[in-house]
Amino acid sequence: MRHIISLLMENEAGALSRVSGLFSARGYNIESLTVAPTEDATLSRMTIVTSGSDEVIEQIYKQLNKLIEVVAVMDLSEGGHLERELMLVKVHAEGAMREEMKRMTDIFRGCIIDVSDKTYTIELTGTCQKLESFLQAIDRSLILETVRTGASGIGRGNRILKL
Amino acid sequence: MELTGAEITIRCLQEEGAEYVFGYPGGAVLHIYDALFTQDQVKHILVRHEQAAVHAADGYARSTDKVGVALVTSGPGVTNAVTGIATAYMDSIPMVIISGQVPTYAIGEDAFQEVDTVGITRPCVKHNFLVKDVKEIASTIKKAFYLAKSGRPGPVLVDIPKDISCQKTDFSYPASVSIRSYHPAQHSDLEQIKNAVQLLLTAKRPMIYAGGGVILADASKQLTELVHLLGFPCTNTLMGLGGYPATDKQFVGMLGMHGTYEANMGMQYCDVLLAVGARFDDRVVGNVKHFSQEKRKVIHIDIDPSSISKRVKVDLPIVGDVAHVLNDLLAELRGSQEKPDQLAIAPWWAQIKEWRGKNSLVYKSSDEIIKPQFVIEKLYEVTQGDAFITSDVGQHQMWAAQYYKFDKPRRWINSGGLGTMGFGLPAAMGVQLAHPDAHVACVTGEGSIQMCIQELSTCKQFQLPLKIIMLNNRYLGMVRQWQQFFHGNRYAESYMDALPDFVKLAEAYGHVGMRIEKPSDVEPALKEAFERKQQLVFMDFITDQTENVFPMVQGGKGLSEVILAEDL
Repeated sequence: MRHIISLLMENEAGALSRVSGLFSARGYNIESLTVAPTEDATLSRMTIVTSGSDEVIEQIYKQLNKLIEVVAVMDLSEGGHLERELMLVKVHAEGAMREEMKRMTDIFRGCIIDVSDKTYTIELTGTCQKLESFLQAIDRSLILETVRTGASGIGRGNRILKL
Repeated sequence: MELTGAEITIRCLQEEGAEYVFGYPGGAVLHIYDALFTQDQVKHILVRHEQAAVHAADGYARSTDKVGVALVTSGPGVTNAVTGIATAYMDSIPMVIISGQVPTYAIGEDAFQEVDTVGITRPCVKHNFLVKDVKEIASTIKKAFYLAKSGRPGPVLVDIPKDISCQKTDFSYPASVSIRSYHPAQHSDLEQIKNAVQLLLTAKRPMIYAGGGVILADASKQLTELVHLLGFPCTNTLMGLGGYPATDKQFVGMLGMHGTYEANMGMQYCDVLLAVGARFDDRVVGNVKHFSQEKRKVIHIDIDPSSISKRVKVDLPIVGDVAHVLNDLLAELRGSQEKPDQLAIAPWWAQIKEWRGKNSLVYKSSDEIIKPQFVIEKLYEVTQGDAFITSDVGQHQMWAAQYYKFDKPRRWINSGGLGTMGFGLPAAMGVQLAHPDAHVACVTGEGSIQMCIQELSTCKQFQLPLKIIMLNNRYLGMVRQWQQFFHGNRYAESYMDALPDFVKLAEAYGHVGMRIEKPSDVEPALKEAFERKQQLVFMDFITDQTENVFPMVQGGKGLSEVILAEDL
């Protein structure tokens, strides 16, 4: 099953490699991993999308907690949570396709952030699923480049991961 | 007063009460060696290879309750040390490794003797640090010792670039340390303790299975009390030997791949299992699916939450320091209205006695040829069971574990998790330094000993009167045994051809060498060796070439699918 794990860690050199090293050493999946500093400059917040059986997820949670630089871990998927990912897609857009691409972008509530005579660059935010749907909805042969950030997640309401 | 980073490093070791540092000098640690040279509180033991420095620090730590300290230079110094570090990591041994690094301005330029030490060691340390500011040396070393010893212990590495070790700053050693992201469990949940006692008291076929955590937590007294109070059978893992007295009547022997029949059958068919500081590893429970097909309730005490339900589903986890938890269990049990019902478990004991009747450690004795098991039995007798025994890895390790009855903790020193050949001799050096008046024997084979044999030179320099008990079967015995059983007797590269004359070799290093070829000479030779209190004696026992270790649970099989000597 797919899980979204959020963690706070010391914003120190090498901390990221401890997490990614743990996943590769123990053979855990990483679907995506994002990390950036928080409002507290000493802390980084990481969102890892992974998948595995309940036992594997339990181990991932425990092993992450065991890393000395990890301050707090939460499995967001255990409760209400929000998930967003940003995607930039550069598409070939000429002739009739220019209008079609614009329409699709509007339907998915994206926006075109760069225009050239032959291309559009589309910015789209949403769940991973929504981004997937967009890629499926447009003509695949028109896609020139896709850049995705990986999911960021946050708990709903009072579910707060803080020091 | 301002001190250099190197001086601060040594002052920190002094503050931590480090008696010995095991190491090998080199370019990046020259300043640190210079600082060592000008003091005599911390004694340096010069090894002949960095792997041995770490093993020696490891042996020192295992045989005491202190943190072992090793010091190595950058590049090859560190890569040589990695085997030692990984060995300590797998067995959760508290250790601080200080490594030199190329100067900060040269890091990343592929400088001479540069490796990414923090990167290379990351998967085999509890934690590691690269110190980039001389002001942070003291606080980092403080943290390193704290991390190494607290919680589930482990090796911690501190990498110090050469320019940092010669810069100066004011020195003050932090009185305390706290790390906001690190809170090792101490006390257990009392509710869980109550539940555990209830479960234990209802058991009809109980088993207590205790591992290295008991030794690390210095909890063998509590464990012994608990086992006696409950009247249950107790088994030890390879790492746990000595955690419960082996000569006690409630002890059923070591369990696992080469465990006794009664221990493995008891483990398989118990209805309530109390696991204490043990991690159900593959060499202990064999096939997890086979193990879990029996209905039993598992109580698991461990300081590391990630050890719980990792391989075997646990019904009642108790996270905490083993000594604390056992104290709580004892208190709860003593205060409980209900008492252990010995009548209720009498049939179970009868069953265990029947299994014991198989006498699974029996071997064919011989007047002609030395049986390796016989050597260990005689070693046990001659040392009256009171020696520190280190071992290398292979058949000799299993025989030492099976036939030397350890009654006390920290007497059995071996590489259980990583299975590192070459561990025994350097580890014994650390043990002997920690216990100068004790008998220290290294049980080894002619394969393993050659992996760190250069340390005979260190033993000479520091006058370490070790007794090396080499069971020489002219084979990599455990490899040969597996090849015999599972690879159609094809002994691929398991034959040790062109062996040196070990007697002459020992003598060349300035020690005493003995070759023992007849069973009748075993005991007199051992006696003579142990009477030579000031000398290292290297004993080359020419043993039966084809002896196998029994019982054996083949990899991937279940604990009850055991091969006994009588089956073949």
